[in-house]
Amino acid sequence: MQTDKALAFHASEKATGWRLFLKTIAARAYPRVIGQQREKSWIFFDIFLPMLAVSAYVFVYRAIGAPEEYVGFVVVGGAMTSFWMNVLWSMSSQLYWEKEQGNLALYIIAPNSMMAILLGMAVGGLFATALRAVAIILVGSLMFNVTYSVASFTQLLLVFLLAMTALYGMGMMSASLFLLLSREAWHISNLAQEPVYLVSGFYFPIKSFNFWLAAAASFIPLTLGLDAMRQLVFPSGALLGFLSVKVEIIVLIVLCVLFLTGARFLLDYMEKLAIREGRLTESRR
Amino acid sequence: MSNHAIETKDLGRIYKIRGNKKEKRIRKELIALQDVNLTVERGELFGLLGPNGAGKTTLIKILTTLLAPTSGWARVASHDVIQHPSLVRPLINMVSGGESSGYGLLTVRENLWMFSQFYGMPSKEANQRIVDLLKMVGLEDRLHTKSSDLSTGLRQKMNIVRGFLTDPEVLFLDEPTLGLDVGAARDVRRLIRGWVDANKSRTLLLTTHYMVEAEELCDRVAIINKGRVLACDTPANLKRNLQRDAIFEIETSPLNGLTSQMLQDQPEVRKAALSDIEGGARLELILQEESALASVINILTQKEVKVRRLSKREPTLEDVFMDLVGQKMEDVEKEEAPHAD
Ligand SMILES: Nc1ncnc2c1ncn2[C@@H]1O[C@H](COP(=O)(O)OP(=O)(O)O)[C@@H](O)[C@H]1O
Ligand SMILES: [Mg+2]
Repeated sequence: MQTDKALAFHASEKATGWRLFLKTIAARAYPRVIGQQREKSWIFFDIFLPMLAVSAYVFVYRAIGAPEEYVGFVVVGGAMTSFWMNVLWSMSSQLYWEKEQGNLALYIIAPNSMMAILLGMAVGGLFATALRAVAIILVGSLMFNVTYSVASFTQLLLVFLLAMTALYGMGMMSASLFLLLSREAWHISNLAQEPVYLVSGFYFPIKSFNFWLAAAASFIPLTLGLDAMRQLVFPSGALLGFLSVKVEIIVLIVLCVLFLTGARFLLDYMEKLAIREGRLTESRR
Repeated sequence: MSNHAIETKDLGRIYKIRGNKKEKRIRKELIALQDVNLTVERGELFGLLGPNGAGKTTLIKILTTLLAPTSGWARVASHDVIQHPSLVRPLINMVSGGESSGYGLLTVRENLWMFSQFYGMPSKEANQRIVDLLKMVGLEDRLHTKSSDLSTGLRQKMNIVRGFLTDPEVLFLDEPTLGLDVGAARDVRRLIRGWVDANKSRTLLLTTHYMVEAEELCDRVAIINKGRVLACDTPANLKRNLQRDAIFEIETSPLNGLTSQMLQDQPEVRKAALSDIEGGARLELILQEESALASVINILTQKEVKVRRLSKREPTLEDVFMDLVGQKMEDVEKEEAPHAD
């Protein structure tokens, strides 16, 4: 009978080690790579709304007669904002959400590593957000006539990748921290959203801050990433830059290492703590 | 080393409960499990039966490496769950009743595929197996339905398929039929029985607070209340102890202040439970001797309570529970309710 055949099934050998690690990353990235594009409402929320903010800044800058470079700054900044939103709302508070949903328990009892789950979330989020960022840059550049002159494509790519690695590494680290917070996770994400807009210079160069404030803001990887990218794509970018691109690249590398190892360490620690205290499952029990 | 599917020794779990804002310093302790000694053999369908709050989920969490015990130890598939969780995890899986796992934007197939990957299954094999299993549970036409569009019953079938998919050695089901209608619950039970029967090296542990489920489905049942295992045997053996006793069900007019204690004070009335029904009451009695019925009728007459229907019946697990705990399971749950927050 059909029933018996399906039930009597014996699984063949399963992947372990690094192959399991890669499979887990791909599988956890899947809902973000495929699923998130299914509801077309993202075009409104993730492209149209950010464009409104960008337009507002552009009109203000033009009205006060700011240098025309600022328009390009704002468009690139608006695109990069998407990544910050993604890290806040889909990385940091994500494990808390997964816990309430019941997914976290299933991730833990499966033989995969939690680091692979977090990496999958990051890779998927990075992909989905890149779609949105590219759309914002295209629309913004056409609307406001922004011209780019790229000094070095390799450096540009390097800076972008480093900034993203550090940024999502930071997201992975805070995801484990947030795991032990319950509802507060939401409030913290909310609190972090606006001040970071301001200090990371999404809409203006951070050189306009004093040195120490700019240095403090540089802990958020997007700040230096954005600063270096602007230096590399606008002719007068270097004049408005905070540090030289080389120095910024070095700092970004340090941040990558710091956040990724931090994430790993914290994740192990939090998992052990949560198992001891019984905090891995939804709070309604 | 022993080759049991599950083994626990003096297993206990105490939760520390943080007080609310006013009494932050006061840390209460809640004993959720105490001195649990269980052995489940390979090939068994084992049931944990107990009211809400008995500690069933706590025990499952410990066995699935999600929660550390505060005393004792547990082994699953011969590995210690605390010392070697990474050896246990590839061999187990878990499904909870009413869970909303996975991602609503993904289809049934995609959700199941995703979870199979976390176990390292080859993609092709996983996809083939998903189709086979969904056919079996009558969900093949929902392969491409978004999982957020499934009804509770269909969703639970999908969850159980997730549990079977990775072909675990030991499968844990926490209240698998919770909230399902009669038809869906029957389907799910048949599926569970079929999975264990299809391969004798598989073990399944489920929890339930439905008596019938434990009685009809499980090879062996452990009755658990307030964190302690009170009895553990086959349903038939559990009932055998009561077979010598006489179990009566009496429907009466309203009770006029009669309490179960008054009945239990009679010699040879072992246990008595009262419940309200429309226009009257129902008495369930476990009597040592049938002759004790006379004294019960006597009291009823004194209190001017009329007997409307009287029947004698075979013992059920419900009676076993009442005999062990002194209360019906639903009454235990009613009592617990105000404490749970
Ligand atoms: N994380 C927790 N923290 C504190 N108390 C808990 C926690 N989880 C469960 N409990 C308590 O432990 C007892 C047993 O709960 P549980 O194992 O969920 O029982 P069951 O699954 O049999 O309904 C209950 O009194 C419950 O309130
Ligand atoms: Mg439970």
